[in-house]
Amino acid sequence: MSMAIPYTDQPRPDTGLTNVKIGMWLFLASEVMLFGGLFASYIILRVSDPNWPAGAEFGLSVPIAFVNTLVLIASSFTMVMAWTSLLRDNVSRFKLYQTITVVCGLIFLVIKAFEYNSKFSHGHFPSEHNFLAIYFTLTGLHGLHVLGGALYNAYLLGPNFGMFKTHRQQFINRVECSGLFWHFVDLVWIFLFPVLYLL
Amino acid sequence: MAQNIDVDAWERKFKVVLFVLVIGTFVTVAASYIHLPPALGIALALVIAIAKGSFVVLFFMHLIDEKQLVYWVMAIAVLFFFFMLFIPLFTEGNTFGDSMIVTSAPESGGDDHH
Repeated sequence: MSMAIPYTDQPRPDTGLTNVKIGMWLFLASEVMLFGGLFASYIILRVSDPNWPAGAEFGLSVPIAFVNTLVLIASSFTMVMAWTSLLRDNVSRFKLYQTITVVCGLIFLVIKAFEYNSKFSHGHFPSEHNFLAIYFTLTGLHGLHVLGGALYNAYLLGPNFGMFKTHRQQFINRVECSGLFWHFVDLVWIFLFPVLYLL
Repeated sequence: MAQNIDVDAWERKFKVVLFVLVIGTFVTVAASYIHLPPALGIALALVIAIAKGSFVVLFFMHLIDEKQLVYWVMAIAVLFFFFMLFIPLFTEGNTFGDSMIVTSAPESGGDDHH
């Protein structure tokens, strides 16, 4: 006997939302607490240290982070455009935008890898200073989220795309929820950029 | 978001939001090069970040057009975030009881064990 998960394509009458969407928003609420705890740690560390260093003292590059910010913002835009392309039943347009989204995520990670390598080659490790400890923790956790999001978006683009023909609405909902996660990752970076690189 | 949406209208909004976010990023970097007092600089950077973040949440995540349940879920999460943030900060800024801690500290070389 097959047990189908209810309300994956149509909204529940009581919440007005599909189960996948309310599940994603609840997950994002937990993510707010996860990153919120680390941001709170950053603030406590910073206000406790009268000699808190600027990011530039450890070689953090504003231009590189600036480019990464633009890359993530662009990927958020292409993610929503991929979703609207599905609503239009325009498959080729979806594939184009979804591919750009995945590529932007990978570009972000490659740039981040070069940045990390530069820090390590200059002997800047998390154990050196509280600033570096919180920098590597925040950006490392964020990078893992980018990696996870990019992998899932690639899955939607490749192996899972056949679902669009068999379960159209359910697939569109998956893309929408994947987008919610991706925009959240973008949102976190929008705060990380000024906090770590500019202040 | 409702199943039957005006896709054209939303795509126009997304393009405007993209433009605003890119401009906001330029402004964030430009503001960091202005020599402001540290507190003002931090406040300005956070105000810009909050503005940019609001655009992402409201339009890209289309929270502006979501059901009430989603508002409650996120409102509770944000409330607890601020609770988590401010409790340690209050502790950091709280000096009440410091004198009690000092006066109750044991003197060095005391003979408490006798």
